[in-house]
Amino acid sequence: MLSKKQKRGALKALVHLAIALPALWLALNWYYALNYMPHELGFNPQETTHHTTGDWALRILLASLLVSPLARIKKLRSLMQFRRMVGLWAYSYVVLHIISYVWLAKYLDIGEIVADIIKRPYITIGMLAFLMLTPLAVTSTKGWIKRLGAKTWQKIHYMIYGVALLGPLHFIMMRKGIQMEPRIYMWIAVALLLLRFIKKRRAA
Amino acid sequence: MLIKKKPTWQLSENDVTDEALMHSRRDFMMMAAAVAGASAIGGVPLSAADERVLKALAYKSGANDLSREITDRSAATGYNNFYEFGTGKSDPAKNAHTMKVSPWTVEVEGHVEKTGKYDLHDLIDFNTLEERIYRLRCVETWSMVVPWIGVPLSAILSKFNPTSNAKFVQFETLADPKSMPGISSRVLSWPYVEGLRMDEAMNPLTLMAVGMYGKELPNQNGAPMRLVVPWKYGYKSIKSIVKIKFVSKQPRTSWGGYSNREYGFYSNVNPEVDHPRWSQKTEQRIGEFRRRDTLMFNGYGGEVAELYKGMDLRKNH
Repeated sequence: MLSKKQKRGALKALVHLAIALPALWLALNWYYALNYMPHELGFNPQETTHHTTGDWALRILLASLLVSPLARIKKLRSLMQFRRMVGLWAYSYVVLHIISYVWLAKYLDIGEIVADIIKRPYITIGMLAFLMLTPLAVTSTKGWIKRLGAKTWQKIHYMIYGVALLGPLHFIMMRKGIQMEPRIYMWIAVALLLLRFIKKRRAA
Repeated sequence: MLIKKKPTWQLSENDVTDEALMHSRRDFMMMAAAVAGASAIGGVPLSAADERVLKALAYKSGANDLSREITDRSAATGYNNFYEFGTGKSDPAKNAHTMKVSPWTVEVEGHVEKTGKYDLHDLIDFNTLEERIYRLRCVETWSMVVPWIGVPLSAILSKFNPTSNAKFVQFETLADPKSMPGISSRVLSWPYVEGLRMDEAMNPLTLMAVGMYGKELPNQNGAPMRLVVPWKYGYKSIKSIVKIKFVSKQPRTSWGGYSNREYGFYSNVNPEVDHPRWSQKTEQRIGEFRRRDTLMFNGYGGEVAELYKGMDLRKNH
């Protein structure tokens, strides 16, 4: 029989693996593609990489915001132990998304990247979301909670609500014409924030 | 009577030296080719739309320096923007087979002597088809090289005897909610409208295409007849045309109506004028790893720069 600790460890490893799958899929298929082997990245592997990393960054970010509402349900209380992990994975996919942009789309041309950030609002917003998310990732450890004090830490981490709206906004603005898919992300983000607002009102 | 000719660009496929060169220019294996396990250029049916048997066409070869850079057919027919069939790049190849392309009628209206309804075969003289290997540059910053088959647009337009009031020519795509699932979405206003200034339309480079890669156009590429304006961003090259209208004022295009700041009427490929969403300095040639520098007028300045002499291309973007 596995001990409680072992079970928790195994479960965590599984969650890690599940969230890492899209990144592993990308890495494997890039290996194939660069070796002129059959791959699944489609006709435009660079674009597929931008989209895959961006989509999963958003999905995992929204999933991290779903953790605490679900953990209010008594039986699911143990979910809280995954929140930090999911949040950090969201940040990891954002970093991959930015690497994809900086390298595959811009070939490290700093001038062009700066021009993009200034001129193109959807990139400005995407970068802003990244900048807001970075301190949250850095201060996600127990040590930082202690150093900052729980109250200050919590205040800083409320920034995630802003990021949750900026991410889908970045997606909506990136798409040409009026499209549904990015709007669905926005609705989910708004719903997740409203859920908190309602809970708080009730508590007050 | 169609005479079968083996086009020069196909002959070069068998040439070992050329094959090696083509390979060196491609960094990735094309997805559909990989799935099918065979070269797509061989004419293997790859998508739903290809279920319609695409007839081989007889045409005058257009082999040129670009022949070596021709994009894999599987990419040109599997990676498309045709929003009437969905906004995803693979949606048109999946969905466009529902469009009925024969018989095909085109309405001709406006400032011309011979208005009326014309059958595709009244418009296109299939005995004078020629191949044109052109660069295709999408505003989204990807590009291809496609061997189109068609007739110069001027050969069609002059048939109708345009009057002196005809300053622009406007085109419309079929908008059939039954066969086009994308029409139910509000992504753009339908029918899709595009237009050219009369002198742009009459320029010898402007092609009305009925085929590509030696055969008829697949539905997802704008069957049975589409425009190809190689020095402009791809959305100017309107697909599956059902209406040609000669007008005196600059037409309001679908993309221009969505955002005129983003999609100007001229939409000439210009690396110096950025689109608000995308820098246009470089492009991703499909099949290559590194991006290429984008050429002014997509490399066709010699033929078309004259058309815009004295115009501010930043203002008239």
